Amino acid sequence: MRNGRSKLATLAAIPLLAAACSSGGEDTENANTSGDALSGSLTGAGASFPDPLFQDWIYTYTNDVQPDTSINYQSVGSGAGIEQFMEETVDFGSSEEYLDDEALQEAADNRGCEALQFPVTFGSVVIAMNNPELDGLALDAETIAGIYSRDITTFDDPAIAELNPEMDLPSDEIVPVHRSDSSGTTAVFTHYLAHEVESWDEEYGEGKELDWPSGLVGGQQNDGVSQGITQNPGGLGYVNQSFAQESELSVAHVVNSDGEPIEPTTESTIAASEEAEVPENFQFHIDDIGGSGYPIAGTNWIFTYTCGYDQETTDTLVDYWTWALTDESAQEIAGELGYAPLGDELTERVIAELERTNSENGDGSEDGEDEDSEEDSAEDGDQ
Amino acid sequence: MPTEAPEAPQAPEERPRGTLTSGRGRLADPIFKWVVAGCGTLVLIILALMVIRTTAEAWPVFAKEGFFGFLFGEEWTSGDSRTEITGTYGAWPFIYGTLITAAIAIVIALPLSIMVAVYLTHMAPTRLAKPLSYTVELLAAVPSVIFGLWGLHWFLPNVMRPFFEWLEGLLGWFFLFEGPVLGVGYLPAGIVLAIMILPIMTAIVREVIVVQPLDQQMASYALGSTRWEVITKVVLPSSFSGIVAAAMLGMGRALGETIAVLMLIGGSQSWGASLFGTGSSMASHIAATFGEANPETRTALMAIGVALFLVTMVINILARVIVWRLGQTKGDAAV
Amino acid sequence: MSAPTTDRPASAPAPLSQLPPGSGLRRFKNRSATVVLTGAMVLAMVPLFLIIFEVLNRGIGVVNLGFFTETEPPPRRDGGGYAAGFIGTLYIMALAILMSIPFGIATAVYVVEYGPNRLTASIRFFTDVMTGIPSIFVGLFVYGLLVIGWGGLGFGTFVGAVAIGVMMLPIVTRSAEEMLRLVPDEMRNASYGLGARKWQTIMRTVLPAAAPGLTTGSMLAIARGIGETAPLMLTAFGSGLIVTAFQGEPQGSVPLQLYRGAAQPFEAGIDRAWGAALCLFALVLVFTVAARWIGSRASIGK
Repeated sequence: MRNGRSKLATLAAIPLLAAACSSGGEDTENANTSGDALSGSLTGAGASFPDPLFQDWIYTYTNDVQPDTSINYQSVGSGAGIEQFMEETVDFGSSEEYLDDEALQEAADNRGCEALQFPVTFGSVVIAMNNPELDGLALDAETIAGIYSRDITTFDDPAIAELNPEMDLPSDEIVPVHRSDSSGTTAVFTHYLAHEVESWDEEYGEGKELDWPSGLVGGQQNDGVSQGITQNPGGLGYVNQSFAQESELSVAHVVNSDGEPIEPTTESTIAASEEAEVPENFQFHIDDIGGSGYPIAGTNWIFTYTCGYDQETTDTLVDYWTWALTDESAQEIAGELGYAPLGDELTERVIAELERTNSENGDGSEDGEDEDSEEDSAEDGDQ
Repeated sequence: MPTEAPEAPQAPEERPRGTLTSGRGRLADPIFKWVVAGCGTLVLIILALMVIRTTAEAWPVFAKEGFFGFLFGEEWTSGDSRTEITGTYGAWPFIYGTLITAAIAIVIALPLSIMVAVYLTHMAPTRLAKPLSYTVELLAAVPSVIFGLWGLHWFLPNVMRPFFEWLEGLLGWFFLFEGPVLGVGYLPAGIVLAIMILPIMTAIVREVIVVQPLDQQMASYALGSTRWEVITKVVLPSSFSGIVAAAMLGMGRALGETIAVLMLIGGSQSWGASLFGTGSSMASHIAATFGEANPETRTALMAIGVALFLVTMVINILARVIVWRLGQTKGDAAV
Repeated sequence: MSAPTTDRPASAPAPLSQLPPGSGLRRFKNRSATVVLTGAMVLAMVPLFLIIFEVLNRGIGVVNLGFFTETEPPPRRDGGGYAAGFIGTLYIMALAILMSIPFGIATAVYVVEYGPNRLTASIRFFTDVMTGIPSIFVGLFVYGLLVIGWGGLGFGTFVGAVAIGVMMLPIVTRSAEEMLRLVPDEMRNASYGLGARKWQTIMRTVLPAAAPGLTTGSMLAIARGIGETAPLMLTAFGSGLIVTAFQGEPQGSVPLQLYRGAAQPFEAGIDRAWGAALCLFALVLVFTVAARWIGSRASIGK
């Protein structure tokens, strides 16, 4: 905690300095007073997939780190998050999908300055089951698609048996459980199936809600899915990893593109995130994960603008996300909830991008801004 | 119980006034009248706005699918356009879910409410009747979200599920009770709905039974009838239209109930005949997907709302017509 | 209720049963019917007690002073409470009461004191219709009208209150109408006889005489409004923080927060949801019972 704070203080000072340089004398006082204690209030909206993590981060940050700030994150879903960001009704948006160039341009046209996006976390979707004997059952994309399209109806189906030669599979009927509400978890899960299994893509596709085949159980939110799994002997469902860690359900190991069945853990999610090639513009997918990475994983992007915030909001925005991305206690929270932090190199790049927030405001020069960001990243790397 | 107001005596305007009258006071009366009349018309304005606004909002979907195509289409695939309608929207699975859960609720709650009402009016010890009916009415005060919470976490696993498994073993060959028993589904949602609409239906049936004239019942007793015969042959036949009204009102409640159904129906977009199957009702589908819906899907959900509104209106108006017609042909109401 | 009070079967009195009076079968039928009906009565009461028991059982350990004064931590952490929800509910209900009760009573005054005419007939009809409108549709309507539509106000306290107010309005109107009808005409005539104008009669005689009944109806409407969840999902939207904004920021409420909390897979959050269920239930019961009590104590007319 102590370490985290001192590091945080250094990081927080940089953008303030930058702001002070760029927007003349007036802001200096402001910057000085808020250097120690920020009091901005932020609103954000978007994806539900990282919501448990965001809520926990915000709670810790607004209680232990900067008690005078307030942050309100609404998990309205990626679509609404993007929409509200575009309409400038929130300070930051969040989504499980990155903005493509067209959307970025539209945002920039609306606001009159560039829109930024950067990933902040990775998370996995876990296949959970009721039967404790099935813990560690290996499944691949084909069999999961088979189960959810009702082609595979029992646990001792040859397709499953082939993947689990050493397991004594029960002949129980599988009861697949899905989220009945519109959710990012479903989006990540079905994106994986649609990407890996062509027939699934043709028949059911991907999305936050789906026209599921009949004979499946729908559960309202994570708890509904958990009820659906635990109340049926053959229950099997997909849930956020944070939930699987909390509950006592057994989880399946999912075969990745290198043919390895991988247990969903924070480590294997980190490994998955490292598999991803992240280009300069942060527009990427994490598909075809191999190595020791767990294959059903999603990313979450945060969107901000390079202008139009007042100083206090900017400071709080940058400080909060810097804290979330770099502070040890923040990383601990992520680990406890089963979300993976970004790798070191990616964190540097993301912080650099984050600090461009509001950089084009007023009469600030862009060049100075960029230099500051780089310095900051370097410092961050050193620690 | 005066049901139609005796016309309030009109204060003659031209009457000479005493101390209470002043120049300003003369204007006060019409002003007051217009103010309360304005408040009265607010209801009409709100209703008109409801119909206009939601229909306008939902119009693109009706325009694309056609009204009946929307009602009876079986495929629901959301598009994610922000400006036009690209998905396919057929609300039949949700309409079916709404109708079937409401039907289950009525099938269970109607006989029960009649029995309870009869018990309260004709059998309960005088001292107990009031507290008992009070207790049943208190059930109506329980918020729907608590019904959902209790239904999902306690009633379903501890009572309904064992019962369903027994029922499936007994009647599994019959298409309505075909397995597998999944826990959540149409039947548990319908049963909890039945509990929820029981108080309102009981209250109405009771009221109807209470106002039945005593002389006939007494005459029947005097002829040597047992209490059971008085109830089934005198009281209930003449209460028939009131009972129909109670059923319709309960039906209306059941159709629009959202949260408890949402937590228990299992929320799938398909539909099937088995009562153990999972589905969605119109209201539950709106509530489940609205939060994260994109603009296009919200339009389609709005269209479901309009359809739900229409269904409840049809039921309400039908109820009125039935009651009215029974009132006309009361002579042979001993159906 | 348009209950038939005078209708009776027109057919001539026929023997009700072919069996001789007092036959064993008839007595058996009668007795078994008594048993069945008593059973039905018990069955109808069981759910209420099961619910009360379960809500008490799971909620009582959670509720303490902090539950009302602290906001909720993330679902997996212990402690904290529903302060945000309680304040949101209070805020929304206060606004909804201001919107629905005066209008509801004024509508009833118009219908009873100035009717019947064509307008009052249609107001009565459509008020009845309005009581049957599904709550989720009210939410959709307010969403379409105010959140995104002509108003474009976004989510917030005010739009949530409008939705709840629209839910409460017909309940207030219908009960107020019945209460005003119970005020005996003698009182109106006496007032006129003293030279009072119509508005004075209504304001100083009719409404005070009906006041206990009006209070009862209003409190029942409030009890109904407090527990509403579905319309708020689309209007107030929900928040875990204390929100003081009148409009424009999503606002929380107890049932909404309860619903969301129960949907999270974390034990601590679910426990708090049961605690909130207990509070909500208690609140609604207090309003319902108090309403009945006022109604029965000071009932007017018969």
